[in-house]
Amino acid sequence: MLLSTSIVVGSLLAVFAVVILKGAPALSLSMLTQTPKGGYYLGKEGGILNAIIGSLYLASGATALGFLLSLPIVLYINEYAGKSRFASLTRLSLDVLWGIPSIVYGAFAFIIMLYVGARASLLWGIITVTLFVFPIMTRAIDEVMKMSPFKLREASYALGSTRLETALKVVTRQTLPGILTAVLLAFGRGIGDAASVLLTAGYTDSVPHSLFDPVATLPLAVFFQLGTPIPEVQQRAYASGVILLVLVLLLSIASRLSTRRFVKYVIK
Amino acid sequence: MLRPHITIQKLNVFYRERHVLKDITVDIPEKRITALIGPSGCGKTTLLKSLNRLTDLVDGVKVSGNVLVDGINIFDNGIDVTNIRKKMGLIAQMPNPLPMSIYDNIAYGPRIHGVKDEKKVEQVVEHCLQAAGLWNEVKERLNEPASKLSVGQQQRLCLARALAVEPECLLCDEPTSALDPISAQYIETQLLTLKKDYTIVFVTHVLRQARRLADYVIFLYLGELIEHGPAETVFTRPSNPRTKAYIEGVFG
Repeated sequence: MLLSTSIVVGSLLAVFAVVILKGAPALSLSMLTQTPKGGYYLGKEGGILNAIIGSLYLASGATALGFLLSLPIVLYINEYAGKSRFASLTRLSLDVLWGIPSIVYGAFAFIIMLYVGARASLLWGIITVTLFVFPIMTRAIDEVMKMSPFKLREASYALGSTRLETALKVVTRQTLPGILTAVLLAFGRGIGDAASVLLTAGYTDSVPHSLFDPVATLPLAVFFQLGTPIPEVQQRAYASGVILLVLVLLLSIASRLSTRRFVKYVIK
Repeated sequence: MLRPHITIQKLNVFYRERHVLKDITVDIPEKRITALIGPSGCGKTTLLKSLNRLTDLVDGVKVSGNVLVDGINIFDNGIDVTNIRKKMGLIAQMPNPLPMSIYDNIAYGPRIHGVKDEKKVEQVVEHCLQAAGLWNEVKERLNEPASKLSVGQQQRLCLARALAVEPECLLCDEPTSALDPISAQYIETQLLTLKKDYTIVFVTHVLRQARRLADYVIFLYLGELIEHGPAETVFTRPSNPRTKAYIEGVFG
């Protein structure tokens, strides 16, 4: 047990240490508040505000869109479809979708973009990331819904409620902590993924003003900055990494806290 | 003779190949407590759940025959199931509060049936909690989660919740079997008070409890109706030898 704990905690700390040690010298307030400056595309000076905002836009958009897709699907396969073949086929497909690497989603969306003649933009980034996170979200919610007790549904039906009322007001309520966890998991995956947006969202040194502007993201900022031959810019890649790490960390803390708030109503 | 409220005619229920209820025909009297007795697995709960069509939720169930409530067959095509269930309140064996506050547990029913006025909802909540004998214990903490209540309190909450949709009948599926003796007695007392307004069908396999509560008794054995009649008759002069054996504790 000690060994397994130390392997897990050790590797976590090792990643943190490397990123923070290498990124700390370049880390400054201007990293957070300014767009790239210094006559160079990725910026020797200024910050990566473009990528921070871009990532937040992209991940929020994709999470919201993904949730709108997931919830009806999950409610349908749990509350309406029963133990039908349709439900198990849906689950199987979602599992397969979950397993597809994000670069494949990127390539897939890219082909469609070529076909319809669209350019890399925030909108297409959101679409691609949605494709990639919605199976994760759906299956994560599905698992908690499957676990929620039958007696709750029975209680609700016995009061004369319809399937829809039972699904939306009782089952959703019971699984709210799990739903929240799933949403934040999807958001975390969306904000951290580089491959799916590489071909579809583009990159820019400014904050996007519309859905049709190209958008920079933090993982791509890290990727591009690391790829330059200039040491100062490479260092900034680690600083961008720190920012990404902190964002994801804040998210998981937020999810812990909010889950605790809703979990008290849950029936065990 | 007592006025029948629920008339069951040739009711058969199958779970896939298993024939769980066989040709049940019986009347359940209005505003009385009717006890469904019999050993485990004899179909008591199935019969109870046929009365509000909760059997619909079971995979592979097949029902034939009629159940008339106020003269309307609840198994007719095109009947509004939600309306049937609203009429027939259910108290389950294990308390099953909803994942929400004490207040919302009671308010859920009236709200889904279209009560919009929050003042009215508040009145219903207070009234029903009082009728279930829970008001004084929870009036200070209506916003706490229902899961925080003790099991006995949860069962009274479920009773209050059932009353909140203004049912005509209360279907009780061994509602005291999971409770401590004091809570159980409390529920029994409430039911005895409630029977002046509601038709109560009560499943139990505790004969002493049936003797305490029942006005009318229906004895089921292996899915068949063996005997039914006024409690006094069934308990003192059962006509069927199997009823006699069950009541004397020879089996079950």
